[in-house]
Amino acid sequence: MKTGFALFCRAGRIGVAIILALVFGISVFGIARALAQNENADAPKNRKSTYAALVEAPEKAREKKNPFEGDTQAVAAGGKLFEQHCAECHGPKAGGTRKGPSLLREEVQQATAGTLFWILTNGVVRRGMPVWSKLPEPERWQIVTFLRSLTVQSSSSPSEKPALP
Amino acid sequence: MVAHVIPESIRQKFPSLSFLVLIFALLFFRPSLLLAQESPYIVTYDHYLEEPGSLEVEYFSTFGTERGGNDFHAFWTEFEYGATAWWTTELYVDGQTTFNDSTIFTGFRVENRFRLLQREHLVNPVLYIEYEQTSGADKILKEVEGHDVESDYAASNGVLRKEHDHELEMKLLLSSTFKGWNVAVNPIVTKNLLPSEPWEFAYAVGASRPLALKASPNRCNCCRENFIAGVEMYGGLGNTQSAGLRDTSHYLAPVVAWNLPSDWTVRVSSGFGLNDNSHRLLLRWGLSREFSGFGELVGRWFGGRR
Repeated sequence: MKTGFALFCRAGRIGVAIILALVFGISVFGIARALAQNENADAPKNRKSTYAALVEAPEKAREKKNPFEGDTQAVAAGGKLFEQHCAECHGPKAGGTRKGPSLLREEVQQATAGTLFWILTNGVVRRGMPVWSKLPEPERWQIVTFLRSLTVQSSSSPSEKPALP
Repeated sequence: MVAHVIPESIRQKFPSLSFLVLIFALLFFRPSLLLAQESPYIVTYDHYLEEPGSLEVEYFSTFGTERGGNDFHAFWTEFEYGATAWWTTELYVDGQTTFNDSTIFTGFRVENRFRLLQREHLVNPVLYIEYEQTSGADKILKEVEGHDVESDYAASNGVLRKEHDHELEMKLLLSSTFKGWNVAVNPIVTKNLLPSEPWEFAYAVGASRPLALKASPNRCNCCRENFIAGVEMYGGLGNTQSAGLRDTSHYLAPVVAWNLPSDWTVRVSSGFGLNDNSHRLLLRWGLSREFSGFGELVGRWFGGRR
């Protein structure tokens, strides 16, 4: 009985230690990460390496055709979906924020529809963009249609010139 | 006003219901551009993690019937935070009311989910690790493990709360999304931290699909694309001393999620016991809201630049 109680206490102490370590680790990591994000606030978000993931799309994915190409209804629906899911990081006019790059840059605008669809589906997890395959395929294509309707912003231009429909 | 539409008998059994209905009514039509896209599952997990920097606050209720004892209303709150795009961490706080008995706090859980692969594949694995410190009176039935059966919950809260459990729980979340359908399979192992206790096994599986795969151009609360319906099944598979289906309980539960444009999600599920060891009915509902940019806000509190 005494042995059982001792084991119970020991297990309890281990549990508390695990929890404390977890809570401490998560807190330190979260705070450090949040501070690091703010420290980097002035760093150029639109540098070319940010868009490097675009060239990682496989050939087969790049060549995929957008089933909603030229569909104005899809542009409107895609705009709604963009506001709901993407604007938080990429800005309400897709011009970029501290959390996400501009989608008006020519690197994005010159990418094929299939490439944008592939990025949306797979995310760029190592850079903080989540996967969006939880949105059904037609909704992801609607977002791509909306993105393709935006006006190109030159990669050498520092200012944002968003032009949403 | 809202309280008057709820029958007195229900208000007595669910004291927090009026408050929640009021909050829901106030925030239901709040204009917002954000939309959560949450799965309808309450027990099963798919492979989608919380968005980085977002905090999701969730409240869930489970009403359970009990043959040979009093029915109960168990409830829990979850705080789910997206630390990175591949790591989500979560804290649960549990409680329950057993009718004709008492209302008690029953413990807490700390959980972490890690995405194992960077990109989407046919099957996407996520590792789930949870530490639980709960009492024997915990009735949220978030997982049904080992030889958990209905009769385990028949005793009074005074007796059940004397048992203390420190458990480590691990799940492999396997999930696939194809043509709008999500299929998720979660094998589960649990270890009570007492060395004498065996490893317990369990499972949860689910399938779901949005009612519409294409978004409409207009903003709306009741568009078909805002609803996701599905079904989940979960139960125990014994333990290392006696693995298998003998003396285990199993549930089948249709589930529905309503993702509102105001960033709220409502989930409803009615779980039906599949054998004599199961509770006949586990009626569950949940309300959750996602707070985007929570990580940045905390960063600013600690001196980060605006």
